[in-house]
Amino acid sequence: MSNVPSNLKYAASHEWVLKNADGSVTIGITDHAQEALGDLVFVELPEVGAHYAADKEIAVVESVKAAADVYAPIAGTVTEVNQAAADAPESVNSDAYAAWLFKMTPDNLADVDALLDAAAYQAVADAA
Amino acid sequence: MLKKTVLNSAHRALNARMVDFGGWDMPVNYGSQIEEHHAVRMDCGMFDVSHMCPVDLVGADCRPFLSRLVANDVAKLTVSGKALYSAMLNEAGGVIDDLIIYFLTDTRFRIVVNAGTAEKDLAWMLAKAAEWKMDVTITQRRDGESTNGGALGIIAVQGPNARAKVWQVLPQAKAATEGLKAFFAAEVDQYFIASTGYTGEDGYEIMLPASEAESLWNKLKDAGVAPCGLGARDTLRLEAGMNLYGQDMDETVSPLDAGLSWTVAMKDDRDFVGKSALTAAGQQQQFLGLILLDKGVLRGHQKVITAQGVGEITSGSFSPTLQQSIALARLPLGVAIGDEVQVDIRGKLLKAKVTKPVFARNGKAVI
Repeated sequence: MSNVPSNLKYAASHEWVLKNADGSVTIGITDHAQEALGDLVFVELPEVGAHYAADKEIAVVESVKAAADVYAPIAGTVTEVNQAAADAPESVNSDAYAAWLFKMTPDNLADVDALLDAAAYQAVADAA
Repeated sequence: MLKKTVLNSAHRALNARMVDFGGWDMPVNYGSQIEEHHAVRMDCGMFDVSHMCPVDLVGADCRPFLSRLVANDVAKLTVSGKALYSAMLNEAGGVIDDLIIYFLTDTRFRIVVNAGTAEKDLAWMLAKAAEWKMDVTITQRRDGESTNGGALGIIAVQGPNARAKVWQVLPQAKAATEGLKAFFAAEVDQYFIASTGYTGEDGYEIMLPASEAESLWNKLKDAGVAPCGLGARDTLRLEAGMNLYGQDMDETVSPLDAGLSWTVAMKDDRDFVGKSALTAAGQQQQFLGLILLDKGVLRGHQKVITAQGVGEITSGSFSPTLQQSIALARLPLGVAIGDEVQVDIRGKLLKAKVTKPVFARNGKAVI
């Protein structure tokens, strides 16, 4: 069974979103997503400073088995990327919530509140 | 409704991640595909390949039938137990399937065909036997189908310690199988034990009554053989440079363009289905390997840009042995091993090096 922490928000496309105190958000892929993909071997991160619309392809994670797009859960500008995750993709398998992928400044912070909560995402993951 | 092999509940008991593999509910891994891959290269792993279909041929015309049916030449099979890898072609020279033929006696052969192609293969064989008026009875032995009680399961045990593990569990098989060179089979009681495989490692593929498959699987597991899913099977065969039907070749691809020239016996007078088309078309492309020099993962259908024109990757993944991405590709004639080419990955052109189409075998890199 995959792990869905209750302090995070989620997108149905299997990203998690953490609201930070400074108004930025930290984003990664869920435990369910890493488990479905299997051993990750490559992570392609976005460029810092780039702006993305919501639901736009923003990063790529590839396992031995397949490539999967990561989508921007909300509209915003990339402020930081986690190079450590790109250097060691297997860290996403070990702990998908510690191995974040990038941070964004949302266009509208309220967009984050409109994302799925843990219970709603669990239902999405169970149906997948 | 997905089809299930006789080992389905055994996979589920091991918490395998199950996927729809061509209509079959099969394990893709039991946790980590990469660990399973290394287990086979370094020690010993086992795969349920009971979705593949054994087909028995019995009758006076086995040899003349197979001589016309497949592109390789069964005249090479002179010693009982010897196996032969071949493509079965259509009239246009495209590959209907790739298969292994085991020679038992002049009136008895066994063929093993791919899971997803078994039905069309059987229909083709039956039609050709009737058309050529051959005295040959064709019986499929795959579990879950009509086999007249002769349903078989297949477990592939692969890796440097595979033989020792099999003898530990089936001591009665040791005498008949310890002298088996690569690509032979021996029949021991109800077991058909072949020194064939799809990993580039030593080992056996064991066919046995379906009702006994789970017992053997559990005994092998208790002996320390790692259960391995189809994910590891794919990266192992890719590293070993072995073609996968449906990806590296299909009915629209000539075996000469898919790296299978070594299996096509063109030179003598023997006629076989597809020969005239192959002779007329000749080789149009070459089948080579690629190693990605930049970071990323090569995948099937990515375009390869070379000085001689555009080619295409047919299979690609990350190589756990090389720790780099590798691929098999059909490239224009004139491209040479060692050339640097570009691969279009999501619109970016990444650098790759052309290699022989074999990357790792017998526990180590060969590139």
